[in-house]
Amino acid sequence: MQNRLSGRPKMPQRPPKERIKDFEEVPLGLPEWAAVEEAKRCLQCKKPQCVQGCPVEIDIPGFLKLVAEGRFEDAIAKIKEKNSLPAICGRVCPQETQCEEKCVLGKKGQPIAIGYLERFVADYEREKGIRPPSAPSWNGHRVAVIGSGPAGLTCAGDLAKMGYQVTIFEALHAPGGVLVYGIPEFRLPKSIVAQEVDYVRSLGVEIELSCVVGKTLTIDDLREEGYEAFFIGTGAGLPYFLNIPGENLNGIYSANEFLTRTNLMKAYLFPEFDTPVKIGRRVAVIGGGNVAMDAARCALRLGAEEVCLVYRRTKKEMPARVEEVERAEEEGVNCIILTNPVRFIGNDNGWVTGIECIQMELGEPDESGRRRPVPIPGSEFVIPIDTVVVAIGQGPNPLLLETIKGLALNKKGYIAADPQTGATSLPGVFAGGDIVTGAATVISAMGAGKRAARSIDLYLKDPNKFPQWR
Amino acid sequence: MFKILKKQVLTPEIKLMVIDAPRVARKAKAGQFVILRINDQGERIPLTIADFDPEKGTVTIIFQEVGKTTMMLGEMEAGDTILDFVGPLGKEMEEKNFGHVVCVGGGVGIAPTFPKARALKEAGNRVTSIIGARTASMLFWEDKMREVSDKLYVTTDDGSYGEKGFVTTVLERVLEQEKVDLVIAVGPVMMMKMTSLLTKKHGVPTLVSLNPIMVDGTGMCGCCRVSVNGQCKFTCVDGPIFDGHAVDFDELLSRQRIYLEEEKRALEKYLATRAKEEAHYAE
Repeated sequence: MQNRLSGRPKMPQRPPKERIKDFEEVPLGLPEWAAVEEAKRCLQCKKPQCVQGCPVEIDIPGFLKLVAEGRFEDAIAKIKEKNSLPAICGRVCPQETQCEEKCVLGKKGQPIAIGYLERFVADYEREKGIRPPSAPSWNGHRVAVIGSGPAGLTCAGDLAKMGYQVTIFEALHAPGGVLVYGIPEFRLPKSIVAQEVDYVRSLGVEIELSCVVGKTLTIDDLREEGYEAFFIGTGAGLPYFLNIPGENLNGIYSANEFLTRTNLMKAYLFPEFDTPVKIGRRVAVIGGGNVAMDAARCALRLGAEEVCLVYRRTKKEMPARVEEVERAEEEGVNCIILTNPVRFIGNDNGWVTGIECIQMELGEPDESGRRRPVPIPGSEFVIPIDTVVVAIGQGPNPLLLETIKGLALNKKGYIAADPQTGATSLPGVFAGGDIVTGAATVISAMGAGKRAARSIDLYLKDPNKFPQWR
Repeated sequence: MFKILKKQVLTPEIKLMVIDAPRVARKAKAGQFVILRINDQGERIPLTIADFDPEKGTVTIIFQEVGKTTMMLGEMEAGDTILDFVGPLGKEMEEKNFGHVVCVGGGVGIAPTFPKARALKEAGNRVTSIIGARTASMLFWEDKMREVSDKLYVTTDDGSYGEKGFVTTVLERVLEQEKVDLVIAVGPVMMMKMTSLLTKKHGVPTLVSLNPIMVDGTGMCGCCRVSVNGQCKFTCVDGPIFDGHAVDFDELLSRQRIYLEEEKRALEKYLATRAKEEAHYAE
């Protein structure tokens, strides 16, 4: 066995043929020796650029040094000073566009595999048994966090560390938000989410499940119950549809429904679990983001014979992580690029049988900076299909927003919040994550949760720091 | 965990349960629903709120045993607990004085018709109610419906009780003889469709309460989408009450059948397991 690395290590992963048969995790994690070797490559920069690329400000050189010295428990403690969910971040953060992009070593060669190493120490700790932290004494203030996704968990965890008594209110029956309903088991095992959530609980955070704020309770009810500040981290949970003919035919799912059935409700274990999901022989996923990749890979594992991705630009413009596109293709997902659906075709029983598409070409760049796809007249063609998953993005779920009087929204319907403090138009109410920015990444939501926790602390110590609310 | 405080067998297939759910009870309004899950492997199913008592903190549900989950629920007894009970979900019905309202309840749909009729009566309306079932033994809550109605008609498909015929048979007569300002219909999709076609002919505004397949019930999954006036709506957050003249009932009927095969499979497996267990204890 080779015990030396020649440059950045590759993450060992299960072979495609084997892994598409089940929902077990695909990447296997670095072996200990490789983690140590890789950490030794860190230059320990005086002014580390990587930290600036990390939304939750982990002391990256600090933890890497400890890994290089083989002090893994100290390394995880160093990470947890800033980040309560390292096993999750080590798996789903797009490090290539965050910390690793800033790494000085990347200028000439390859950046340190920071994400792999974060995952390594988090997994190391989990195998050894997570040490419960010492909970600080209560400072007398109660804070309500709405939504138990990455933003809410981070905000709650940070506030608990400062001595606040925090309750998270979650509408679904399991905590984790998109981490449990959206991201599939093979990319982020739910047992890992559960353990990270337990860690947040061990900091003193209470989680109330199956409680829909806006319906079961309102913010005003919570104020009466003694909560003094609020963090809204409800995510962007409203599925977008294409709004083309035939979209309500049977067999057409939103990515949210398809992934919720599969991941949260464990439809891949039907009938052992009661919630089914219907998969045909040929499946088309519309979209090119990480959610689309997740849906396509789930469809394969659920038994589809052919899975294609229909995307209106080229692979270069796909918003998904390169790593995710590669894994999907390795598993047999076929990318049909420069193609846009114009209508769905169904049979007499109301089931989808095909997608009429039009071919596209790239024109001038649009406001997103990517070249705008333009339809080529007369290029329509039909893809025969049994199941469709529409994964073209999500918007703000209006359920909670409609029930909070006076909460200012921005033009797109998201909560208008100060990007630095998370302060909204309502006194004591903060917001962050996808419900403010629109669909983004787990780590950017966590960053927003962290900044909001800091602001809530500031606000509860001295409300005058927020003159806009006076 | 939510405790079942009381169980009542209304008909062999239709059961009533009073659930201890103070927060849901405090916020519940006529027209809203809950989503429940019996156990960890269970599915999330929507059920309309049949009654609620904010002071006692209780919510009443009435359900017909049609699949595995409702059958399992039907086997539970007072004192047992339900794992999740989320709500109240959906928009409430507008409670104002419309004038003369006809409330039409079919089958298990009589249950959610009751709080609507009561709320409308309290809002000053003249309430005529028409309730119907396939046969006499499937009829329930006649007395409760009578209490909140100025006039009550009862029909059975086979004529074993009340008037022989469908709820629409009576509704047609009422529409021909009296001025009606609003019709509210709750029941099987086909019944709501037929009711809406009839009232459209008479030009009477009609509200229906839809019951499509749902998962989360909070506007997140889009499973319960329904075409209303050609626009895509989510029943769980935009509804469940919609203008009956604008709903695409045929699409709804088709979407309700998506999982028929799987539902059958789950039920057969459940019944087989139960039969095995029963045989085991009988030995």
